[in-house]
Amino acid sequence: MKVSKKWLDEYVPVASIDADSLANKIELSAVEIDDVSRLEEGQKKIVVGHINSLVPHPNSDHLKICQVDVGEKELYQIVCGAPNVASGQNVIVALPNSWIAGHNKIKKSKMRGEVSLGMICSLQEIGFSESVVPKEYTDGIYVLPTDAIPGQSIFPYLGMDEDVIDIDITPNRADLLSVRGVANEVAALYDKKVNLPRPEVKEDDSSNISDYLKAEAPIDLAPTYLMRIIKNVKVKQSPLWLQKRLWNAGVRPINNIVDVTNYILMDYGQPLHSFDYDKLGTKDVVVRLANEGEKMTTLDGEKRELSAEDIVITNGSEPVALAGTMGGANTQIDDDSQTVALESAVFDGHRIRKTARKEKLHSEASVRFERGINVATVKEALDSAAQMIAQLGDGQVVAGVAGDQRANQSDKEVKVSLARINHVLGTDLSSKEVKEIFARLDFGVSENEGMYTIKVPVRRWDIEIDADLIEEVARLYGYDKLPATLPAGQATPGRYTKTQKAIRDTRYLLESAGLDQAISYGLTTPKKAQRFALEPALQTNLDFPMSSDHTTLRMNLLSGLLDDLAYNSARKVENIALYEQGRVFFRDDSTEKPREVEHVAGALTGLFHEATWHGDKKKVDFYLTKGIVTFLLSSLGIKNGARFEATAQHEEMHPGRTADIYLNEQLLGFIGEVHPSLAKEYKLKRTYVFELDLEKIIAAPKDELVYQEISRYPIITRDVALAVPNEITNQQILSSLWTNSGQHLVDIHLFDHYQGEHITKGFKSLAYTLVYQDKNATLKDEVVSDEFNKAITKLQEELEVTVR
Amino acid sequence: MNLKDKLEQLKENSLSEIKSASDTKKINDIRVHVLGKKGPITEVLRGMRDLPADERPKVGSFANKVRDEISEAITQRRDELEIAKTADKLEQEKIDVTLPGVPVKQGQPHVLEQVIDQIEKLFLGMGYQVVDGPEVEEDHYNFEMLNLPKDHPARDMQDTFYITNSILMRTQTSPVQARTMEKHDFSQGPLKMISPGKVYRRDTDDATHSHQFHQVEGLVIDKHITMADLKGTLQQLAKNLFGEEREIRMRPSYFPFTEPSAEVDVSCFKCGGKGCAVCKYTGWIETLGAGMVHPNVLKMAGIDPEIYGGFAFGLGPDRFAMLKYGVNDIREFYLNDVRFLEQFSQKG
Repeated sequence: MKVSKKWLDEYVPVASIDADSLANKIELSAVEIDDVSRLEEGQKKIVVGHINSLVPHPNSDHLKICQVDVGEKELYQIVCGAPNVASGQNVIVALPNSWIAGHNKIKKSKMRGEVSLGMICSLQEIGFSESVVPKEYTDGIYVLPTDAIPGQSIFPYLGMDEDVIDIDITPNRADLLSVRGVANEVAALYDKKVNLPRPEVKEDDSSNISDYLKAEAPIDLAPTYLMRIIKNVKVKQSPLWLQKRLWNAGVRPINNIVDVTNYILMDYGQPLHSFDYDKLGTKDVVVRLANEGEKMTTLDGEKRELSAEDIVITNGSEPVALAGTMGGANTQIDDDSQTVALESAVFDGHRIRKTARKEKLHSEASVRFERGINVATVKEALDSAAQMIAQLGDGQVVAGVAGDQRANQSDKEVKVSLARINHVLGTDLSSKEVKEIFARLDFGVSENEGMYTIKVPVRRWDIEIDADLIEEVARLYGYDKLPATLPAGQATPGRYTKTQKAIRDTRYLLESAGLDQAISYGLTTPKKAQRFALEPALQTNLDFPMSSDHTTLRMNLLSGLLDDLAYNSARKVENIALYEQGRVFFRDDSTEKPREVEHVAGALTGLFHEATWHGDKKKVDFYLTKGIVTFLLSSLGIKNGARFEATAQHEEMHPGRTADIYLNEQLLGFIGEVHPSLAKEYKLKRTYVFELDLEKIIAAPKDELVYQEISRYPIITRDVALAVPNEITNQQILSSLWTNSGQHLVDIHLFDHYQGEHITKGFKSLAYTLVYQDKNATLKDEVVSDEFNKAITKLQEELEVTVR
Repeated sequence: MNLKDKLEQLKENSLSEIKSASDTKKINDIRVHVLGKKGPITEVLRGMRDLPADERPKVGSFANKVRDEISEAITQRRDELEIAKTADKLEQEKIDVTLPGVPVKQGQPHVLEQVIDQIEKLFLGMGYQVVDGPEVEEDHYNFEMLNLPKDHPARDMQDTFYITNSILMRTQTSPVQARTMEKHDFSQGPLKMISPGKVYRRDTDDATHSHQFHQVEGLVIDKHITMADLKGTLQQLAKNLFGEEREIRMRPSYFPFTEPSAEVDVSCFKCGGKGCAVCKYTGWIETLGAGMVHPNVLKMAGIDPEIYGGFAFGLGPDRFAMLKYGVNDIREFYLNDVRFLEQFSQKG
């Protein structure tokens, strides 16, 4: 809502307050301010000029050479290319060395050989928004009234010297969508009195409204619905003062009838609609719900199909306006209109909102009906507009008003106590202070033993309960004056739940393992959502997505990570190690709402370490990734028992380089290399990934961590190198060795894995160190040898391996 | 030559040899040669029996003295040589300390996570619990329980991704508050909670809009919670996140679930409040929304607003991170360019 300070000053004295202070006060005590501006700012030396004569430019087919009176002795020769320039016009002249909008300087110049002392300007050239320029002047220069005096500054003429404060209104403060509403607010903020002029309608008694029409509206659709008739009207341009008001409010002047309705809209916040009475073709105006599928053409030329939810104004049979949003083309005011039927009403805001949304017709009017209007001034606004139309259109207001006024206009009583106010605000306000605040708001107060009964006028329909009154007290007292304390009362422990802690630990662990945390989008494509499935489930899709990239809730984290890897790789960042922790969404047949499961996933490609002067590079591979997963599982308490089982079941994964990870019979997740063809789709080199169900890991039974006493006795080791057929796994060998060893074996580790020269094709060489220790005594060599030999013999019996 | 002269000679020769010895092996040879069992001193002492009895002690003590002197010279020279040898070895082992150290591979938490962590730690310290809730919500919790009935104009402020008529992607983390209020047992003490998490809005992604972002909502409900408590709490938050010198400013605002409501500005951390491009020359940066919980919200959760009341606030880690680090495109947070992620590695 753009408010001219000059207009405001007519209702509440603000002339002595500078615009920035006023704006700041409003912002700190009421609503945000978008902008404070003055159109003349940055412009100078722009005056009224009178075109005494003009001749066509000899070297141009569209330029004209004008002799312009700018209030000086000599006429100024100015070359002008505007199509509508004519002799005898009063125009806007930017003199030589003037500044016009957009920080442009106008200099004396020559145009195709002819001297031009300045420029004749359009409104846009001096900073007017295209959207407020009267249609007839959008493609040319603006023509000023005949009484404009050459040489005088243009700024006061066009209202460009007025400060305009653009107020950003919150949904609850629609009372500030009018100059009168803002005046009331400013009066409260500065403890001033408003002076709001009330219109006097001069009715013409020679005829009565009943001769023209009756208006009826159901109370639930339009609690108040009023109409007046203004007859013998001449449609013409509005006087400049009115155009200035509209410009500064951001509205385009059209003609005296429409301009008055817009002016009253800004003044009172009351939307009005003007019909050409003669086009209504009826004496019965009826408000009703539209019939499903009923058609009408609105002012903008759009043919609209209505629904049974829309409120329409009809002439008894056909719709003539879509209530509160837009008039119909068939009853529009035009240059020949003579009798105006003027509507001022209160419509059901919910329905207006629905219609406006459905038809994409959010207008100054619909916004006010949606958020509420001052039902106390519906008739006053109608009277004011009717009187103005009669005045500016040289017509008469027909006696009487049609329709009913049923909206409740009485003050609302809301109770609040002083104790409650101080209790909520943490203040120590006195009754006197509080009463002063209500007086500033012009709310009636009566007090009974610390309980106030506040009479809230209809113009503040946002105030309904004590909390609303407390806010009024707080903001007028000043939020900045509130003390700052911390909640007292019973102490509470602040701590993470077990699950929250485990989730955070997971993040720290993966970061310490060298992976950066990524946060990707939760919404993806159906195809990507479905990949890397850890469990069978249905997709969850948005009803009305915004982009085809984000339509479906993810069911895995890896798709997002692969997108991230691809993004990096496309930017030549090729060594990447990322993890993500977040939710995936699984739905089953019976529910609309998916189950949300915490997952963790990682994706690595390129080098884990680059080569340095001090060490070799390290490529990411399956085993590096497995090391990270093992570290994570073990740090989260799954020390033994996690099993890696080769699988070729995941179609997105390399069939020979992927393992499912089990704890007992429960699938925790998987690890492996992304299938080369999928990697190719993402333009990625070999990429290793894992994805785990974090909730299963957190829920898994864990051994209590108990300290193991460190043995004082030395360890003894035995090494063995084995020739192993390729299909026999490390896991098989380990199982056999553990099963067949005695009590002293404490560790086995693989220290060499070799294939190639000296090894038969189809075989590999695996070399292990077996570590023996007795907790309570020094082990004898013979005991170890015995245990070792037995285990190795058994191993060779059980598996087709041989000691090398 | 008498014995004494012989000894004198021996001493001089030996000392000069010791002095010129250049390594410990040579020194050892000298020791063995001069002081050994077959050495000249032993020989001298052996020849003592030919001396008259009265001369023996004199010569004997002289011989011992010579032996001690030589022995001492040997020790001294050997030490000198050891020291020189060590110094030489250390000199040989000199390295270029300006060569780079071995890089430590450490992953970084996402910058948004860092902001959330910092907020969580502050509030845990003040006795709040952290509560999680579903990202796919019911209209009931996301809107209705927060005093936003269907057709409420304020729903326009948040464009929503619906899944069905009643199921949606949460547009705020406030529904977690509604869920927690419903369940809270006030006989166990006040409700003090924050709920961080992802939220979704039906927006087209550009530099300042993202269809996915984060929110942290805070809520305190007890018998005596004031707007002054809200102000004090938010002051702590501003100082914790943006620096001790920061001040806050509250302005009236509107949220359907709070009344009174406030928009909260923090004094500009770039210019300290003097006015700069970051704060658009106002000295203040809009950071979060807050207010006193609306009585309707309490009632809907089954809490008596005559007895209980409290405050709520909501802030956006994305916006905080953008302000704090000067990130000017919100999409950066979700593209996960490693060069972006790894910049936020400073701790402490």
